[in-house]
Amino acid sequence: MRGIISAAGYLPHWRLQRDAITQVLGSSAGKGQRSVASYDEDSLTMAVDAGRRALGAAASANPAALWFCTTSPTYAEKTNATIAHAALRLGPEVIAADAGSGLRGPAAALRSALHSTDPAVLVLTGDVRTGPAGSVDEKDGGDAGAAVLVGAASADSGVAVIAEYLGGASATREFLDRWRSPGEARTRSWEDRFGEQRYGDLAAQAWEAGLKDAGLQLDQLDKVALVGPRPRASAALAKKLGAAGVEVIDSLASSVGFTGAAHPLLMLTSLIEQSQPGQVIALLAMADGADVFFFRVTDQVSGDSGTAAGVTVADQLDDADNTLLYSKYLAWRGVLPVQPPNRPEPARMSAAAAERRLDWKYGFVGSKDHESGALHLPPARVSFEGGNIDDMEPAPMADVAATVATFTVDSLAYSPSPPVVFAVCDFVGGGRLPVELTDVRPADVTIGMTVEMTFRRLNTADEIANYFWKARPVRGQGTAPVRGQHTEREQLEKTEQD
Amino acid sequence: MASHGIKDQVAIIGMGCTQFKEHWDRSTDDLLIDAVTDTLASAGVEKDQVDAWWLGTAQSGMSGVTLAAPLKLQNKPVTRVENYCATGSEALRQACYAVASGAYDIAAAVGVEKVKDSGYQGLNAFPIPTDGTQRTLTAAGMFSLVAPAYADKYGIDPNELRRTLARIASKNHSNGAKNERAQFRREMSVDSICAMPAVAGMLSVFDCAGVADGAAAAIVVRAADAYKYTDKPIFVKALAMVAGNGSGLADPEFDYTHFDECEAAGKDAYAQAGITNPRTELAMAEVHDCFTPTELVLMEDLGFSARGEAWKDVEAGAFDLHGDLPINTDGGLKSFGHPVGASGLRMLFECWLQLRHEAPEERQIDTADRGLALTHNLGGYPGDMVSFVGIWGNRLG
Repeated sequence: MRGIISAAGYLPHWRLQRDAITQVLGSSAGKGQRSVASYDEDSLTMAVDAGRRALGAAASANPAALWFCTTSPTYAEKTNATIAHAALRLGPEVIAADAGSGLRGPAAALRSALHSTDPAVLVLTGDVRTGPAGSVDEKDGGDAGAAVLVGAASADSGVAVIAEYLGGASATREFLDRWRSPGEARTRSWEDRFGEQRYGDLAAQAWEAGLKDAGLQLDQLDKVALVGPRPRASAALAKKLGAAGVEVIDSLASSVGFTGAAHPLLMLTSLIEQSQPGQVIALLAMADGADVFFFRVTDQVSGDSGTAAGVTVADQLDDADNTLLYSKYLAWRGVLPVQPPNRPEPARMSAAAAERRLDWKYGFVGSKDHESGALHLPPARVSFEGGNIDDMEPAPMADVAATVATFTVDSLAYSPSPPVVFAVCDFVGGGRLPVELTDVRPADVTIGMTVEMTFRRLNTADEIANYFWKARPVRGQGTAPVRGQHTEREQLEKTEQD
Repeated sequence: MASHGIKDQVAIIGMGCTQFKEHWDRSTDDLLIDAVTDTLASAGVEKDQVDAWWLGTAQSGMSGVTLAAPLKLQNKPVTRVENYCATGSEALRQACYAVASGAYDIAAAVGVEKVKDSGYQGLNAFPIPTDGTQRTLTAAGMFSLVAPAYADKYGIDPNELRRTLARIASKNHSNGAKNERAQFRREMSVDSICAMPAVAGMLSVFDCAGVADGAAAAIVVRAADAYKYTDKPIFVKALAMVAGNGSGLADPEFDYTHFDECEAAGKDAYAQAGITNPRTELAMAEVHDCFTPTELVLMEDLGFSARGEAWKDVEAGAFDLHGDLPINTDGGLKSFGHPVGASGLRMLFECWLQLRHEAPEERQIDTADRGLALTHNLGGYPGDMVSFVGIWGNRLG
């Protein structure tokens, strides 16, 4: 049985109310809100956050490949996926590559993963949707990350699937609907009705072929997610589904927005999270063609945390800061240039130094002295307790919660979004790191508050994106730290050695 | 294995110190020439009589050539040293050891920093290539962590501590107002300091040291030779230095209310000098008041106040100009700014004036009964710093 082993969505903490745009620009930006990536987030960091959740829920599965999809990549020429590969601490034998920069990447990567013979394939997606002030992508877009771990159920390795793949189909035909040159902020589009009709035709074509491939009749379906940049394109199909008693789930348009390359897997995650064991579900993704995927949800799905990934998409809808100013949003996206602090900008990181400390910088792995147990963040060769040399083991800390011992707010330090909120964080079970906080308002920080680590983009210098970890408040009940699969594996290895 | 010190083996026979300010019209070379010229005149020696030189500068130049070239020294050894904000004291420490060893008869220590050419406020470290994971907080931000931790540990209302910190700044401003070499010469009331907006934690810009250019220098000889040059030499009683191992950043035991490196350097210095009660034996101390919480905590680290009591001693005026133990009688970093390479020698210059009874009348303290002064530097951040403590005396024994 092949299908989805785990799935997770990541919604950033911030929401922009559409009427905040209306108030500034005059013309209506519509109702509801959109999700907004913080100034230190990008397509990669959001994909990593989702990927950590998906892997955390599937401790015994080992992906052989990682495919990353976005329309807002950090790099051209350089592969982005290898950064996620490092942050997720995947092994060197795992291929990591970008699945193109178009909106259809996620569907292609999902299809490829479902048709692969690899025991497991991780598909990561993330997107930051923006454009000039007042643009469709600003109003109707949203920012998110999503991850699915695809693979085969195996009793031997203890891997189960939460949704069994039943079949699917694709339909492709070149037509010009929406386009953007690399490096441009603005996405242009042809007349709406042209794209809507083309997508409508392609969706119908893929749908019929998919049903046939899966051996399904329409009335066997329970829930469907329809995903695409043209919401009206699938109106005819939605009507047909509705008439047949098939539920079309909420597209998140009013609460999150269309999250581009993240949306197909975000919706697939949401779909699975809303489903009960035995239900048949479908994802229809329209992006320069149409791709449909049919699944049967297995009894591995249970309770509130449908995907077993800890935090559901629904959890994150409620757990957000809804008061982001439009001016802040514009500044974060670089649409509104603001005066930076009069401090030297950060120097670019050294590629060689970063590579030497790969596990620290990207994986947040410290070291632990065998004799004293003293935790060292960053990792050290000589213990500050006892002074032993080279007697340390790796200490993966990304999934360990911490407590704020003391903190400060620094208005003078350089930051892409001052002030810097900074805290001395003491990790549960030992270890301390003075580190920047994120996704928090200065007034809300207290000594003793619980924080968790998150992978962020600290700054960019010489076009080099500098990634490292920050701490953010633990919010909601679903956010209890989950141990990553590598921790488990290392513990296993350690037990075997002992 | 022991720190023996070189008590009474070496003496300072001449010193000079430029005005500390925004020297837009003075280069690093100019500042070095001015400070060295004044210092040689003070000692009554010629440039060529100095056998060896140590130059302290953190960022204004590299190698001994930075000093040898502007002074046109002829075939002399010049060593450039750097040790964070203790750089100036470190240059002096090396010069003293060189003379004590017998290697040279006359040595000079010079400190300089040209901070104001960067185009930015504050001190700016030159970038060493890294993996990009380093903290980006300012020094003000890092030291601002001390105030809430101290208030919490000793149960002090943060508003009360805010006033105590302002009192430290106000005292140093008051002393600096009496010093023609100081960058800031305006008295500041506690109320006006408390009214300033916070920039880092509870600290306002008036809790931070100023930023200035400056240079200072000293000539050292063997103690036995000192009276050939001056009838009021200043004897080296102790030179202590600790480079911390940074464990405070990683060790949850560290609580941000004390600086271990400073405490250790102080203890070593007192042992070298034979001091058992610094509060009553010292006539004065120049300490590294980079931020007001730093000076507060140093009163405890250096043994002037019991743990948790410094804030009360500050409030009682113990460290005022004519208090029990005057601290930063020249105005401190608060009034002088902090040209990194020069600050340690600037502190010693104040001790030189006070112990020789040559300070201007309005800030001269009584050194008849107590003839010992202390200088202290730290560099780095809480939990991760270097510290220097020197003790100086106006008589042998």
